[in-house]
Amino acid sequence: MNRRRFLVVAGSLLPAIWAPARATPADVAQAIKALIGDRVPTQGRLKLDIPVLVENGNAVALSVGIDALPGEVRAIHVFAEGNPLPRVGSFRFGPATGRPRIATRIRLSTSQTVIAIAEMSDGTCYTDSVDLLVTLAACLE
Amino acid sequence: MVRVLINVPKTAHRGEIIEIKVLISHPMESGQRRNEMGQPIARDIIHSFRCTYNNEVVLEAEFFPAIAANPFLSFFAVAEDSGTIVFAFVDDHGTEQVERAAIIVE
Amino acid sequence: MTRGVGRWLYLVASFVVLAAAAPVPRSGYTDASPATRSMQDDDSANPAFLWVKQGETLWSTSQDGGKSCADCHGAPASMRGVVARYPAFDAARSRPVTLEQRINLCRTEHQAAEKLEQDSDSLLSLSALVGLQSRGMPVHVQQDGPMQPFHDDGARLYATQMGQLNLSCHQCHDGLAGQKLAGSLIPQGHANGYPLYRLEWQSMGSLYRRIRNCLTGVRATPFSPDAPELVAIEIYLAGRAQGLVVETPAVRP
Repeated sequence: MNRRRFLVVAGSLLPAIWAPARATPADVAQAIKALIGDRVPTQGRLKLDIPVLVENGNAVALSVGIDALPGEVRAIHVFAEGNPLPRVGSFRFGPATGRPRIATRIRLSTSQTVIAIAEMSDGTCYTDSVDLLVTLAACLE
Repeated sequence: MVRVLINVPKTAHRGEIIEIKVLISHPMESGQRRNEMGQPIARDIIHSFRCTYNNEVVLEAEFFPAIAANPFLSFFAVAEDSGTIVFAFVDDHGTEQVERAAIIVE
Repeated sequence: MTRGVGRWLYLVASFVVLAAAAPVPRSGYTDASPATRSMQDDDSANPAFLWVKQGETLWSTSQDGGKSCADCHGAPASMRGVVARYPAFDAARSRPVTLEQRINLCRTEHQAAEKLEQDSDSLLSLSALVGLQSRGMPVHVQQDGPMQPFHDDGARLYATQMGQLNLSCHQCHDGLAGQKLAGSLIPQGHANGYPLYRLEWQSMGSLYRRIRNCLTGVRATPFSPDAPELVAIEIYLAGRAQGLVVETPAVRP
């Protein structure tokens, strides 16, 4: 996916005018650029696992990993393009890593696309993303 | 000092890939919420985490407010030698907490 | 027809209606998403175990210079079966007692310690630890004998429409269970996993907290934590949950 197509897709997912603060596609693009510069990530090898239908955005199980040897992977970065802030987490693998994969739980404020980018030691980058729906809990305290 | 639950196998075979799971008790206050008076509640999160195994880095993580409360992390290490796995994390106040787990490798 | 007879007929009719409407019990676990269920299934990923771990520390700690729980009860495993049959009738007090009330009675009467506040970290931790010892055991709380009047009170409250929205527990949790409310699945409302980690709260909470949510949700004034109505409701809910097992400490959305 090239950068322009990525921005068009991300932009089309913007909600209606009234909404809680959320990052813009430009914020996400800027956050990504700050980490990987002008490199364009390719699809494949990186796999982002996150349920498509989320019961409660407060704790969403996420696991992400890449089909590669641990030494080949520098880091994996995760972004939530619909959250108030675009970055979710960055995970850097060291010499004692067993596998280039992690699992955690994240917060999602609304239905959106979650994006993962893997930075390889040889400078290449891979990406994967998931479009998901967040249903809100009915009876808030 | 916050409560931490660490799950590391007590023993492993040399070269075995082991799964490590960590659960930290922390509200990870995002900075997006408001109190009953409508005033913003300040951000207060754990922002970095690091795991080393006999002083070699396994994983370094940067957390943002989108990491859920009571952060959970599962990752993998290679069991080379017996020794100590050290977990260190730092919060927005600059406070560092360090936990340790021993492992026997045969 | 005298008022007493009318009331009696109303109660009988309510029981008949409720009995007829009583579904095969379905735990909230079954209604939760696979991701939420996996959180509950993995003790090393279930945030409730942060409270269980604290419970283990509190269990063995001398409370305010008096005895620790361990001094009388030994290991936490001695609590096996307790939560499966609580609330239980306390003959000395001629009333049923909930687990949280029992913990506080132990503290004030045997440990020279202060009562723990409702939904305080300490009380949640001890309840979670004790509840865990009954995990997997069938829910079996006495409903008859000395418990009958309290069961009846609970049944009546469960069927009473309350609040500005004028809804009863029965209408949603018996009548509309399995359907949706604002995108969320309506569960049958069993209390077999408390205290539990609720994703909505981002924290551990008690049955009291959940019932308070429901009452606020229908715009009714919530009961205070020590209200006898809550004990009656808890007893009735445990009777409804017959057929399910204890899941404490559960995870719910």
